Formats: sequence, structure tokens, C-alpha cells
Amino acid sequence: MSSLRQYEQKTPTNLQFTPESLAEIAKHRKKYPDRGAALLPTLYVAQAQFGFISPEVMALVAKTLDLPETRVREVATWYTMFHKKPIGRYNVQVCSNISCHLCGADALVEALKTHLGIKVGETTKDGKFTLSEVECLASCGSAPCMQVNMTYHEHLTAEKAIQILKNLP
Amino acid sequence: MAEKLLSKNWHRENSWTIASARAAGVYKQWEKHLKGEGRKPQEIIDAVKASGLRGMGGAGFSTGMKWSFLPKDNPKPRYLVINADEGEPGTFKDRYIMERDPHMFIEGCMLSCYAINSHTCYVYLRGEFDLAYTRLEAAIQEAYAAGLLGKNILGSGFDLDIHTHRGAGAYICGEETGLIESLEGKKGQPRLKPPFPAVVGVFACPTIVNNVETVAHVPHILERGPEAWKALGVNGAAGTKLYGISGHVERPGIYELPMGTKLKDLIELAGGVRDGKKLKAVIPGGASCPILRADEIDVPMDFDGIKKAGTMLGTACATVMNEDTCMVRALWRLLKFYAHESCGQCTPCREGTHWLEKMLWRIENGEGRQADLDIIDEIATNIMGNTICALGDAAAFPTKSYFAKFKDEFVEHVKTGKCKFPKHPIAPPKQPVVIGG
Repeated sequence: MSSLRQYEQKTPTNLQFTPESLAEIAKHRKKYPDRGAALLPTLYVAQAQFGFISPEVMALVAKTLDLPETRVREVATWYTMFHKKPIGRYNVQVCSNISCHLCGADALVEALKTHLGIKVGETTKDGKFTLSEVECLASCGSAPCMQVNMTYHEHLTAEKAIQILKNLP
Repeated sequence: MAEKLLSKNWHRENSWTIASARAAGVYKQWEKHLKGEGRKPQEIIDAVKASGLRGMGGAGFSTGMKWSFLPKDNPKPRYLVINADEGEPGTFKDRYIMERDPHMFIEGCMLSCYAINSHTCYVYLRGEFDLAYTRLEAAIQEAYAAGLLGKNILGSGFDLDIHTHRGAGAYICGEETGLIESLEGKKGQPRLKPPFPAVVGVFACPTIVNNVETVAHVPHILERGPEAWKALGVNGAAGTKLYGISGHVERPGIYELPMGTKLKDLIELAGGVRDGKKLKAVIPGGASCPILRADEIDVPMDFDGIKKAGTMLGTACATVMNEDTCMVRALWRLLKFYAHESCGQCTPCREGTHWLEKMLWRIENGEGRQADLDIIDEIATNIMGNTICALGDAAAFPTKSYFAKFKDEFVEHVKTGKCKFPKHPIAPPKQPVVIGG
């Protein structure tokens, strides 16, 4: 592996993990017999600290886990829950898959687009909200639903969803 | 009302805490087995085999049989990996097990590990499940604190660690070898089989991958005995099952019923189609299953029974569609999902799902061509069986069945250049979701 690594383009990075993040990463590393397996948990720790996974963050993660930068990059870019660019303070994710679709998810997305004044995939100018459409959140019995950051909101109507967003600080 | 096993504690106050779980009898089997008063590991495998327990994630393979595929002479450690990456559209059962009764699920993991002589268990949770993750992680820590996990548990000489591992938003990681790749910190692209995970799994060691609901049944099988557990099923099926129902029904939710309950009875129990509309179609167990028409629902919902209707049980979480549903739009939505979730490894799936999505979008929006109708089925046929994992098949099955059973609608869209169906209004269920039936 080291012979491959000498050809690797290194992304310069001045970023550092906080001691708290490093402690968290160490805890995850202990769970696995292989340091590579700690990559997903470490990316989560990095995302919590830096907000999104930039190429510099990927380089820091690679250095911390002693993995090739290419490996970190291919994994970080493959999974949808790692954000490659900055997103709003609140990530409003509306499920539009089959059960939510049958219960009006399309109309719900339209209502939120109008309320926020942005298209799906965009962030409001004040950086508060990002609107996205996501795949099944396993909330089919309580459709339609949305996930704001990590919190589920179920049995939604347009009014209810807009009120939830209005109540966020 | 049928007897409940997995969901019987869901209505208890703070049902996710160890105090509540203990009061409900959770961990009794685990303690009994550690004291040597229960079955020996091989006897557990035999009991699970005899019970007729099958993989509840959708494949329906005999759990006891799967366990017995572990090589006896391999000196490497063995792993139990729990597939909690519930992502099949329409499916929402495992989430409630982990949110409402994580300790019962943990006891299932413990006894399964004991049976296969594994000392490390990983629970691979989908990344979005924050509440399930928080409660499960807290429950695992409670179990450690109570001395039910760790080294030399209760002086038995048996060691066991359970770890959680969060996915990051990829449906394909619910495929067992994709899950293993992801657990190893790689892209979740499925592996070629053989070798099967039982021989070469995670970290190149023998590995068993089981669904959450599957292992949650194990303590009940051991407590009651395999025969008594098996007798809980009806129409020739074994045990109980968490059925889900969503879409256009009065009371959507999770209903624990005897395995083999008929689909029409499940729909009836959920109050039937809501707002006085007629039933049009039902997906019996998640997006990947071939669809059933309204006149095909008199079928038992178990792995074998439902095959006679030309579909599969899948996750047993049904999605009900009323007469206002446009089948072209519904199928387009599913193909959009498969195109998005295709891992990109095999050409037929990577390209074919996108072609189908684009063609269906055209047809739905009045730009469909006669040529599209001629090749939809052909594309699906060319995906099927030509990919490493079953995601390609999962996209092809609904495509073929929607197209065959509702062909008139596809033809009419192309002929008239428009969709005659109304868009669904925002309509959450009027009553709260039913949890546990």
C-alpha cells in the first residue's frame, strides 16, 4: 500500500480535529479489528465538527486513520448522508417515495418550495434551510413525513410542516 | 385477537428502558442459557430450524439452516451482523422494534451469538434512524452496566460485545454483501457469491447476516419451544409476523398477526380503503414485489402462500393504492428510486434503471412514444438475472408486473398524450398510526 501512496496527490490541510472529536474517533476505532472500518463513523464525527466534508476534511480523515486519501474520497462521495458542500442550518428532507407519494408528498414539496422560496436542492439566502427530496424514511404508516436534520416529523399537512419550520430558532 | 410476541411491550411506559424490559421478562432466557440451564448451542440451532423461522428481511431463508452453514473447522472469529438498514420503500417494522423494545432485540442478538459461538455482533443501522440509534445504543450500554454483555458474562465464561454501526444513506447496504462492504468502511457495492458470507464475510471471517425481526423471534422460540411457536402461524405458516400497511387505508400501521394471515384480512383490519374509494392495487411487501390487482388479494401473506399469486412476501409491509392512483406515475416513482440507489457496479442495472425512469417520466408527462411501450418490458427482461445483486431484479419485477397488469393505462397515456388521474392531495391518516395492532 505504501508504494501506491507515494504517487498520491496530497490535499494540503491545516484543519485539526478537536480533542473531543479525537476521543470519539478513538472510541469507534476500538470497535473494529480493522482501522478502515472506522471510516464511516469518523466521517460522521468530521461532519459534526466541520459541517460538511470538503476535500480538506477528507485529507484530515485520511491522515487520522492512516488511509489513502483516494479511499476516503471514494467513500465520502458515494454516500448521500455526507454533505460535500455547505448546507443550511436545517436540512429539510421530505420523503417522496411510494407511501408518502400516495399520501400527497408531491403537493407537500410544492408547498414547502413556495414557503421557502427555493427549489429542491437549494438553500435559503440566509443559510437557514436546505430543501431536499429523499427516498423512503421508513415512516410509511405515518406518511407524509419529513426529517429536519435528524428529527422525524410525521402525519404532515402543508400547514403543519410550515408551522414546524416557522417554530425553528 | 391473535397473540403478540414482538410487539407485546410496545405500549408499556418507557418500554425502551431496561427496567421496563426486565419487568416484562426480557433477558430471562439469556440468563437461563448462561447458567447452563437452557439449550446447548447446537440445540438452539436445531430448535430454530424446527420452528420454521425464516429470514424476515425479505429473502425468507431458513434461519437455522443459514446458521448451520458456518464452517466448523475455521479458526477465525465468527461475526453476527444484524441488518437494520431498513430501506425497502413501504417498510417500517424494524424501526419500531428498535425504538420500542430494543432490549428484546438485544436478547435475540445475544442468544443468536451464543448459538453460533460468536463473540462480536455488529448492528448495521441505516443512518437516518436517529431515534432507533439513540435508544438502541442506550439499551446496549444498560445491558453492559447490568453485566449482561462484556467479558465472562455472569461467570459463564462467555464473552460478547454488541456494537452499533451507522450507514450513511444507501439502500444497497441492505443487501448482505453490500452491507458487509459498508461495515468494512468501503462503498457498499455488493460482492459476487460464492463465497457466501457464512464462509467469507466481514473482515474475511465467517459471518451470519440476520434481519432485526428474525433475531427478535429467537428468545420466544426458546421460551415456548419450537413447536408451540410454530403453531402460532395460520394457513401452514410458522409463528407471528409484524405486518405493515400504508397508503390509502383508514388505519395504517404495524399489526402483529399470525404468519399466513390473508392480505384481504390485513386490509380489512386496517379499516379498508379510506374515503369511500375503491381498491385498485396492492404492493404486498415493499417496492420490489410484483404488484397485485384488487381481485388478487385473497392470498395468505407468508413466503410460500403468496408465491402462488405470482409475487413475494418481501418485508410483509403492504402499500395500498386506491382507484385514483396512476400506475405510470407510481411505477415512475419506484424507478426513480432504483435509478438513484443503483450502486453503479453492473451496467444493466446502472443504465437500465435510468432508461426506464426517463421513459416512464415521458409517458406520464404526455411525451411518451409508441417505441417506449415496445421496449419497457424488454429492458426489464435484460436487467433481470444479469446483475451481481438483486437490486436489478427488484427494479425489473415491478416494471414487468405493473406493465403487464395495467397495460391499458400505459397505452392510454401515450395515445392521449396526458395523464387522466388527479394528483394525490396531502392526506395524512385521520387517526394516529397503529403500532403493534
